[in-house]
Amino acid sequence: MALDARGVARRFGARWVLRGINLQVRAGEMVGLLGHNGCGKSTFMRIVATLLKASAGDCFVYGSNVKTEGDDVRHHVGFFSHVPGLYDDLTARENLAFAATMLGFPSADIDAALERVGLTHVTHERVRGFSAGMQRRLSLARLILQRPRLLLLDEPYNNLDVAGIALMNGFIRELNAAGGAAVVVLHDLVPAEGVIDRTVTIREGRVHVPTVADFTHDGASPEAVTRPAGAAGVS
Amino acid sequence: MAFRDDIRRTRAIVWKDLTTERRSKAGFSAVAALGVTILVLFGLALGPDGKALQNAAAGALWLAILFASVLAFNRSYQVELDGGALEALLLYPGSRWAIFAGKLIANLIFVMAMLVIVVTVGIVLFDVRIPAQWPSIVGIMMLGVVGIVALGTFYAAMSSRSRAREVLLPLLLYPMLIPVLLASMEATKAFLFGDLLSASGAWVQMLSLFDVIFLVATFLAFEYVIEV
Amino acid sequence: MSPAPANAFGPPKPLHAAFGWITLLFFVFTQAYAVATSPADALMGHLQKIMYVHVPSAWVEFAAFGVVLLSSLYFLWKEDERADLLAAASAEVGSVFCGLTLVQGMIWGRPTWGVWWTWDARLTSTLVLFLIFVGYLALRSFVEDPHRRGQWSAAVGIIGAINVPIVWMSVKWWRTMHQIQSNPRSLSPEYLRGLLLNLAAFTLITAWFIWRRYEAARYERAAEHVSQAAALGGYDG
Repeated sequence: MALDARGVARRFGARWVLRGINLQVRAGEMVGLLGHNGCGKSTFMRIVATLLKASAGDCFVYGSNVKTEGDDVRHHVGFFSHVPGLYDDLTARENLAFAATMLGFPSADIDAALERVGLTHVTHERVRGFSAGMQRRLSLARLILQRPRLLLLDEPYNNLDVAGIALMNGFIRELNAAGGAAVVVLHDLVPAEGVIDRTVTIREGRVHVPTVADFTHDGASPEAVTRPAGAAGVS
Repeated sequence: MAFRDDIRRTRAIVWKDLTTERRSKAGFSAVAALGVTILVLFGLALGPDGKALQNAAAGALWLAILFASVLAFNRSYQVELDGGALEALLLYPGSRWAIFAGKLIANLIFVMAMLVIVVTVGIVLFDVRIPAQWPSIVGIMMLGVVGIVALGTFYAAMSSRSRAREVLLPLLLYPMLIPVLLASMEATKAFLFGDLLSASGAWVQMLSLFDVIFLVATFLAFEYVIEV
Repeated sequence: MSPAPANAFGPPKPLHAAFGWITLLFFVFTQAYAVATSPADALMGHLQKIMYVHVPSAWVEFAAFGVVLLSSLYFLWKEDERADLLAAASAEVGSVFCGLTLVQGMIWGRPTWGVWWTWDARLTSTLVLFLIFVGYLALRSFVEDPHRRGQWSAAVGIIGAINVPIVWMSVKWWRTMHQIQSNPRSLSPEYLRGLLLNLAAFTLITAWFIWRRYEAARYERAAEHVSQAAALGGYDG
């Protein structure tokens, strides 16, 4: 099992953002995570990535507990988050060289990764001048160096152009072919067409089990689905 | 080998911190300028009397170094907070102490470089006669800076990520550093004026003891403060 | 963080109140006894009697910070949030007694030395200790997340407590270099009995304060656990 979340809950102050997420992802499975803005998708991803501790519940990545065996989990997990996590005053190549050393692969092929994401022309330029899309590509190059067994992508297509989306999907498929798993937070299913095996919706801090009411509305995007009147849970 | 990987990580962080610091030149010059400004203010407060200035030189120097270095500690984590780099840093595998060691060494180099400037200006402003045992004073400065930087790097890991960080870091740090300040000031004074050798020896011992205790304690405790 | 059983919390037990009242009565008795039985001091006259509050305050302040150290270590070891609450309660009570010690020292110093403050080794190191724990309490108030607050304040509490003997040593050496320090004379038995009784009374009062403060913190935490149960109640996993 690549990911096994059991009753993962998290509060910020008095507000419970996650109220018990149960989610199992097998190795080789690609899961799309849907839900309204602020429903706790990113919080869940951060808990799996060991960046945040769950207030209750347990979570395992390839059998390692994210709470107590963080270092083992970090060897498996690659997290692509909203923030680029790059140093503005280092060049593209320096950023990747730093990442490679930190990941424990000091001899990784940095130039190949840069070429793959199409940043060879700015190898020696500082990240400060990069557009948002270029920064996303550089973050992707870092994931390419890492080749994680569990990929956590938080809205990966943001700021990426068509070529960038193809690049991202190519990378996801490649990891999938190698037996890796992925959890992808999406607000639009279209770019993820063909890479996602199934989707899971989070609503009010729990995994939402679809009801008939969900299918009486139009639109594939979860934001378009209005809240069914009869399905009001705990507020 | 895991340990060798961690050493490599430490070296990478030192290199990364110093490179970003060197490229954003404003940072170092501003902090060093602040150190010099504090010295000038002390000079004005303690009056134009040359004898009084000489007597107060050691204290003024150490306080200027302390006040300016606090800014360096917060800056050191600011680099990580911009653009979410701390998140990426915490996601890398490996021991947490490697991160602390890297930041500590980078801050040490930063503060030492600032110290060279501040001390040079201080010698001129306070009309300090350089004694024959000046290498001992250099040694004391190294010991004192290690103590300041160890605790400063440790507390800044918390204060930089909390509310009211500008207040919190000095509030936590200054009282903790009183033994370092007393020992460094007294030992520096003893050597400057060729005072009784016995006392300075005791102060040097205390400085070394402080450094060892708090290096060990902060290395052990860092994992608990960085991960949450 | 394990949810505490709901029946662990309830209205204050009569035993607590009884302990509080008995402690208070004992304290009044020991004060009266000490003041009544001790003769006027040859040098200080009746000013000496401040000793019966001053020395016990200093003692319980150190004891309270000892509790902070131990419970912080225990918290990092077991992640038991009760240890964190106990550390917070002890730090608050300890800081109050630390402040009291300083004020009493000044009240005694004014007629004795003619100044409110002197850079005496004991006064100075008590002041530094006070500042260290003001920092500790400030950190607690600036951090909202309970887990983060627990870990951070435990680290700061332990490192602060380690520093106490070093601060004391450094301030003492700093003083002795400038001026010979006056040593306290050995106490004659008629003073000692009153002092020991008051040490016991202060220890009990401090224990009671910490206990009450700790209980209040646990009630707050229990309320949070109730909200947790309500929030998580619906899921079937």
